[in-house]
Amino acid sequence: MKLKQTAAACGMTAAALLGVCAPAQAQISGDVIRIGFITDMSGLYADIDGPAGVEAIKMAIADMGGAINGKKIELLVADHQNKADIAATKAREWFDTQGLDMLIGGTSSGTNLAMAKIASQKQKPFMSVGAATSALTNDQCTAYTAHWAYDTVALAKGTGNAVVKSGGKTWFFLTADYAFGQQLQDDTSAIVKAAGGTIVGSVKHPLSANDFSSFLLQAQSSKAQILGLANAGGDTINSIKAANEFGVTKTMKLAGLLMFINDIHSLGLKATQGMYLTDSWYWNRDPEARAWSRKFFEKVKRMPSSIQAGDYSATLHYLNAVKASGTDDGTKVMAQMKKTKVNDMFAKNGYLRDDGRMVHDMYLMQVKTPAESTEPWDYYKVATTFKGDEAWTTKAESKCPLWK
Amino acid sequence: MDIFGIPIQAFAGQLLLGLVNGSFYAMLSLGLAVIFGLLGIVNFAHGALYMLGAYAAWIGMDSFGLNYWASLIVAPLVVGAIGVVIERTLLKHLYKIDPIYGLLLTFGLALIAEGVLREKFGVSGQQYPVPELLQGATNLGFMILPNYRGWIIFASLTICLGTWFLIERTRLGAYLRAGTENPALVQAFGINVPVMVMLTYGAGAGLAAMAGVLAAPVIQVTPLMGSQLIIIVFAVVVIGGMGSILGSILTGLALGLIEGLTKVFYPEASNIVVFVIMAIVLMVRPAGLFGKEK
Repeated sequence: MKLKQTAAACGMTAAALLGVCAPAQAQISGDVIRIGFITDMSGLYADIDGPAGVEAIKMAIADMGGAINGKKIELLVADHQNKADIAATKAREWFDTQGLDMLIGGTSSGTNLAMAKIASQKQKPFMSVGAATSALTNDQCTAYTAHWAYDTVALAKGTGNAVVKSGGKTWFFLTADYAFGQQLQDDTSAIVKAAGGTIVGSVKHPLSANDFSSFLLQAQSSKAQILGLANAGGDTINSIKAANEFGVTKTMKLAGLLMFINDIHSLGLKATQGMYLTDSWYWNRDPEARAWSRKFFEKVKRMPSSIQAGDYSATLHYLNAVKASGTDDGTKVMAQMKKTKVNDMFAKNGYLRDDGRMVHDMYLMQVKTPAESTEPWDYYKVATTFKGDEAWTTKAESKCPLWK
Repeated sequence: MDIFGIPIQAFAGQLLLGLVNGSFYAMLSLGLAVIFGLLGIVNFAHGALYMLGAYAAWIGMDSFGLNYWASLIVAPLVVGAIGVVIERTLLKHLYKIDPIYGLLLTFGLALIAEGVLREKFGVSGQQYPVPELLQGATNLGFMILPNYRGWIIFASLTICLGTWFLIERTRLGAYLRAGTENPALVQAFGINVPVMVMLTYGAGAGLAAMAGVLAAPVIQVTPLMGSQLIIIVFAVVVIGGMGSILGSILTGLALGLIEGLTKVFYPEASNIVVFVIMAIVLMVRPAGLFGKEK
């Protein structure tokens, strides 16, 4: 069936362009542009990316017409269950046996670090969208990684600076006990100290802990002004719930270091109003984002997270590069992607740096009060926009050998 | 005064929080123990039933305007009825074969329930408010205890002791215990053992659901809430001894306390401490602390 369609498409192109099909065939390996997407499809991060992220990627493929120069675009999807070994095995299998041309990494830092290594060995572009760790473009950078939506440094710079500036000088961290949590805490601590704040303590909790009250009492007795939540997803949600319940919010201000609109939706504005958070994108930011989000909403019945918007943007940028360069050769497409600016509903004048960072604006958001919110999913006010060059790791801070 | 460098007040506060978590462990492991005792089924669906209880409460509130107190009755009945259907249609075929089949079946059911709700509601979960009567907090001197957490301890201890009394001290309980030992003989005395077994599974499911309703206001109601808890609860049952009612209650509370203290002294270990204890208990007393060697 697939073969027939490709042949038919090729035939039509050939008829129209008189033989252009044949040389193009040599450029697109296997006569198909095959994209892989490996993310958390069912676990605690499935709402911020997961099946709706698949939908976003499909929207990008559809916007390209489902094919480039008559070569069909195909999407493979797998659930890594937040386990790095599953992600790595799947990625290797697809590159080796399926002729995968490009891999998109969904949520979870550990899985993305593992996939980045493999994609780099295979010399294929790796678009890391959902992962947070800044290591992807720092000490573990590769020539084939494109880190798209956000990272721990940008989150820390955004929220950390803003909170210290507004008077939150003393911090206590509640940190998820794995690579991402530690990285986020370290990055934020550095920013807070540089801005003149102090860290009075921290407590680590296991991933997917079922009760946070004990940790919150420890935070409360620290007498710090700010409780930095260096965790994500369900853990952040349950921390905030317990903080409200135990009255921690009366004596401390919460700073969610990695929060997505789905978390706010799930907690409700009553529990989250006034909180600051940093994100790479917001559906209600401008008319273009709104228009795309409405289309997305029709498909999945909820508004997109920044990661899902990033999935779309990364896929589109890749496909445009394939189209422009007329090949799916990893090295050539990578060069093409670095040559072209990213201009879509996700980013304006974004560009891919040599360390693999896609540089674009970041936003400090403040959560609206229930009275300020005028429609469902209308949750944020954009408090500050961080311009591309001030949001991310600087050249001086970077240890990436590709960016020297 | 300090205990191991922790002010005694903070210490007492953490113990109390440990007791709250222990209450959940006790309620859930109690249901598991009752089901294992009478049916010989290792009920892996217990976490899913707990989760269904929380969702029944949330759906009741969201779609039917049912308040918390009504849910505390209705949700266990609904989930208990689901339990009865599961027992009648599926589990009853498995009593005579290897227990591993019961384990696999209930595990599969749990995955199905989780998958269906995840598809419908997503994983971020739903909010369930604390009932008005129990909002606010009480200053106990050594800590501020949210009233609702206090209620959890009271409610679950009442339920646990009530169940224990029913099984160990009443005539109905005597039938149940006799049915466990020798179903054929009890049947011969004119007691309908299959119905008794069916109701036991229903009651176990109802207990899990009630724990789910109790948990709904303090943690996010999500399809994954059961699977996060059930592994610990199984460890509790293994430590206490499979099938021992009082054993599972006491072990549940004790492990809640131990876990609570671990969160103070070495938080990183708080999710494995229960399993370390389990390993030690299995080495020293393979039948569990309160179990009988067979």
